[in-house]
Amino acid sequence: MNSIPTFSSMNPEAGLAKALGMPRPDIIAEISASGLKGRGGAGFPTGVKWNFAASAKADRKYIICNADEGEPGTFKDRVLLQEYADLVFEGMTIAAKAVGAKEGILFLRGEYTYLRSHLEAVLQSRREKKLLGKDVLGANFEFDIRIFMGAGAYICGEETALIECLEGFRGEPRNRPPFPVNTGFLDRPSVVNNVETLAWAACILQQGADWFKSKGTEKSTGIKIFSISGDCARPGVYEFPMGISVAELLKHVGGQNARAVQIGGASGQCIPASEFKRSIAFEDIPTGGSVIVFGPHRDMLDVLHNFLEFFLDESCGQCTPCRLGNRKLLEGVEMLQAGTCSMAYLQELCALGESMQLSSKCGLGQSSPCAFLSVVKHFRDELMGRTDHLTHA
Amino acid sequence: MLMTERDRVTNEIKALTDKLGHNRTALVPILQDVKRKYHHIDSFAMQVIADELGIHPVEVHSVASFYSFLGDRTQGKFVIRLCRTISCDIQDKDRVARQLENDLGISFGDTTPDGKFTLEWANCMGMCDQGPALLVNDRVFTKVTPERVHEILQDCRSAFGQHAIERKEVHLV
Repeated sequence: MNSIPTFSSMNPEAGLAKALGMPRPDIIAEISASGLKGRGGAGFPTGVKWNFAASAKADRKYIICNADEGEPGTFKDRVLLQEYADLVFEGMTIAAKAVGAKEGILFLRGEYTYLRSHLEAVLQSRREKKLLGKDVLGANFEFDIRIFMGAGAYICGEETALIECLEGFRGEPRNRPPFPVNTGFLDRPSVVNNVETLAWAACILQQGADWFKSKGTEKSTGIKIFSISGDCARPGVYEFPMGISVAELLKHVGGQNARAVQIGGASGQCIPASEFKRSIAFEDIPTGGSVIVFGPHRDMLDVLHNFLEFFLDESCGQCTPCRLGNRKLLEGVEMLQAGTCSMAYLQELCALGESMQLSSKCGLGQSSPCAFLSVVKHFRDELMGRTDHLTHA
Repeated sequence: MLMTERDRVTNEIKALTDKLGHNRTALVPILQDVKRKYHHIDSFAMQVIADELGIHPVEVHSVASFYSFLGDRTQGKFVIRLCRTISCDIQDKDRVARQLENDLGISFGDTTPDGKFTLEWANCMGMCDQGPALLVNDRVFTKVTPERVHEILQDCRSAFGQHAIERKEVHLV
């Protein structure tokens, strides 16, 4: 299932044409009024971000589209770029008009290199239609977009690490503040938005803030694109209003017998069946759109082992809590699998996880213990005193 | 390395930096091009890049070694990256992995002695709904089964044979 009805019903170019006729503050006011929040997972209000960049004074500003979609279980941006690239580029152009930028960069992850020729062709046709270039739609506004390929690093999905990579450095996150909206790419104000956020921005300009707000909850407005995988009958990309309950979502994808779902990817939370009534929204379970379904026969320790191997591999190694903490948690999971972990040590590991959440420099280390902590909390009875390795040996 | 080969590498990197720019923002794209062409970024190439960009070669090494698609190891003409993250994992990626090792006769992280294939693990490549997934250079294969492994490798071998005669760079189309 690869089509997204709402995006398919949009008329590309209408949003941009409207934005070009509006004064800058009005564009930002429209986005702010819609309540659109960052669709990559962090949920920062897009209007506020654009406003910061618009009010910053600089000789150049940049619009960066974050297509470094690396979170395990997330693939909506791939589908958006394949099917609705025009909408994404339109969103970037509108953002450029709103903040006064002339240059846009699409940061595409190395794993998606096969999308590049298609995206270059879309950009070229937009240039021919005067939707990009020196004089966009004859409105005395200049903007163009180039594609920058990532080189295989999950951490570059973090906006400051992404900027480091663009500048030719190791993808190690910076301290924040200063934020990229003030000091971003080449120390110029830069808006870094997720692919989906930009596509929604284009839709909002076209249909209005009220249309967007008519779906979703009060604090999490609009529709969200979900990437659903794992033990369910119909994995794929879906659109659901924000605030949908886990149980309802599972009904749509044929995963009713799930014992748990991982929401928000490896850095998200593991929700057990007893909490399937909770809703997916920024005020309850926040997400970047990744939902991984675990069927009745899944061993949650195997899942944790997989996640922690991922984080160990992808940690940039810059700060100690993340570099060493993930290793310790992985060793702890291996001890649990071997049935050699004492309750006291498990408690110590949980305390370590909490320290990592507090003391890591960026989102990777702050969120990598979430899965561990939520599995220990909800599946504790399955974890201790294992003997299965004895029978297998 | 022969002097003539050094000259060739130097000239090619100079042409690249002229095209992409002599500043640091061009570093990652330059490294990507060198890697694509030579399947390896050796210390000589790093020195030339450093000279062209006016930075210390250790800076070039530090960046190259950080990114998993760059690196300073020699890779085969075809780099096979099998996704090992959760959704592909629960769709039986282990059997595909075993069959890749059997058919290539190497373990993960290694390159075949003829320099054709490198086998590597990859972290989530965004094909979670169609796993197990693998990349051969830039091309993606989804719902890979152990039986299909042989077919995928044969495709690479025939592409390589053809291009080897034409002395062109090898890429699957």
